[in-house]
Amino acid sequence: MKKYTGKGVYGAVAIGKISIFKRQEVSVKRERIDDIDAQKQRVEDAKAQATAQLQEIYDKALKEVGEANAQIFEIHMMMLEDLDYNDSICNIIETQSVNAEYAVAVTSDNFAEMFSAMDDAYMKERAADIRDISNRLIRNLQAGGSDNALGDDKVIICADDLAPSETVLLDKEKVLAFVTAHGSSNSHTAILARNMNIPAIIGLGDAFLSEIKDGDSAIVDGFTGEIFISPDEETTARLEKKQKEDEEKKKLLQELKGKENVTLDGKKINIYANIGSVDNIGAVLLNDAGGIGLFRSEFLYLESNDYPTEEQQFAAYKKVLESMAGKKVIIRTLDIGADKQVDYFNLAKEENPALGYRAIRICLTRPEIFKTQLRALYRASAYGNLGIMFPMITSVSELEKILAICSEVRDELAAEGVEMAEKVELGIMIETPAAAVISDLLAPMVDFFSVGTNDLTQYTLAVDRQNPEIEEFCDTHHEAILRLIEFSAQSAHKHGAWIGICGELAADTSLTERFLRMGIDELSVSPTFVLKVREAVRSVDLSHA
Amino acid sequence: MVAKTVNVINAQGMHMRPAGLLAKAAAAHKECNVTLKVNEKSVNAKAVMQIMSACIKCGSTVEIVCDGVDEQAVLDEIAGMFESGFGE
Repeated sequence: MKKYTGKGVYGAVAIGKISIFKRQEVSVKRERIDDIDAQKQRVEDAKAQATAQLQEIYDKALKEVGEANAQIFEIHMMMLEDLDYNDSICNIIETQSVNAEYAVAVTSDNFAEMFSAMDDAYMKERAADIRDISNRLIRNLQAGGSDNALGDDKVIICADDLAPSETVLLDKEKVLAFVTAHGSSNSHTAILARNMNIPAIIGLGDAFLSEIKDGDSAIVDGFTGEIFISPDEETTARLEKKQKEDEEKKKLLQELKGKENVTLDGKKINIYANIGSVDNIGAVLLNDAGGIGLFRSEFLYLESNDYPTEEQQFAAYKKVLESMAGKKVIIRTLDIGADKQVDYFNLAKEENPALGYRAIRICLTRPEIFKTQLRALYRASAYGNLGIMFPMITSVSELEKILAICSEVRDELAAEGVEMAEKVELGIMIETPAAAVISDLLAPMVDFFSVGTNDLTQYTLAVDRQNPEIEEFCDTHHEAILRLIEFSAQSAHKHGAWIGICGELAADTSLTERFLRMGIDELSVSPTFVLKVREAVRSVDLSHA
Repeated sequence: MVAKTVNVINAQGMHMRPAGLLAKAAAAHKECNVTLKVNEKSVNAKAVMQIMSACIKCGSTVEIVCDGVDEQAVLDEIAGMFESGFGE
């Protein structure tokens, strides 16, 4: 077995035989000619033929990879019409009395070199576009314009590099993967591979091509950028499993994307995603979550060397709200302390930090930190559908203080003439047994509850979840926890509030039916679990007891 | 001859797509020359490769100069394309 590593540009696994891409080599001879006009006419004919070919490629690309990616071929057609490019070809024919092929080849080299020399990674790549259109012209001039054809079997295409038109023209039904020795992730080939959903690796280096031959069996792992030639049994088994899991996941995505979170008997709930950084928004949208049920604002504090300013926070919250385009975004105010320590907070070392100075307790004793965050949140509220959630609540008086600070901040901003959303939902985490037990007193004060099952489990069962020795005592399905959630749900609904679950238990599909029967309105899970939970919800029938 | 100065607001500058759109629009006006003045260079706006090779980045200031038939209308059209970020 041999392994080569490049850069994976589309994550998927392909297993099959190698086919080395054979290009019609363009070799051009310089010939002296007498009839200059005839050569110019040959260029015009070759150009007309190239434009027709590119139109065909454009139409194929339009169907397979969409308009935005097909546009490249429209631009190729325009490049063929480019004044300077054509002037250069004509000039060379006229002044040197040479054949059209030679004039195109020299022009191609000059223009490609000009782009290669540019101080911009994107523009450097454009040299490949010049060569692509020029080689097409030369092939047409040499009257051998047929494009590459593949045999009947599906193959892994290996090449030094692939021009965009070559990539699109390959019969997608017969291509398992693209593997190239050169290329960059800016190249159109990489972009097209991603859009055609074909695993691809680029930049494997020159040695790779000299050491493989047609028909070699190989496995391409587009996730890691690895290709295995003549893979051993263990590698094959491992990657077959990876391929199967990936295909199942993508199938689930295909089947469930855009579908409602609705039970067989018609009850609808929301499935949102939990994230801890602005970078995760892509995963939220990709997995089709209906909103963000828990945005942990800690990252702003953890990534910083000093208290993040109101402006820094505002920019981050605004970005999340705008990216989610009107979908619900619930941001939890800072939950520092316990296992999340930040130097500049200067928190004293504690014997028992989980029961110590953390989260809302810091906010209420150091209100200036809390107010900065709330100001940023309310200012950002103008840009989307914001909800604010407070962690570690244990009492009515705490919540009263929080709500008073919130309306103070709101009034301040209103007096400054700052634009805010008319309604910002306020809610609390139910993560202490105390909050669950007095949830009937807390519910009238808020718009929603969100159950944090991780802390609720630790506090209810008195087990440290980080301690592996007591793992057997950590029964996450313990009836005590489920009853606390159920009572919280009843309290919420009695007072017109909604209730969600944002802890790990929300993704436990063996409990989905139980949660639905309790009347849970929202489950917020890590982005990759959204569709799995959707599948579970869609298979539940609440009409049978 | 009429001229107007605009800013390039596309995040990636004048890459292939906007360059292509610009050249296509400019070339449609056969009797009006359209020139871009940027980084002390003059670029023929009808030549897509010239536009690209000028490597015009986001935030650059570009002077559009139109000279010929319907020059004001052509200028407005081309300036509008820059101002709308070429629909990006």
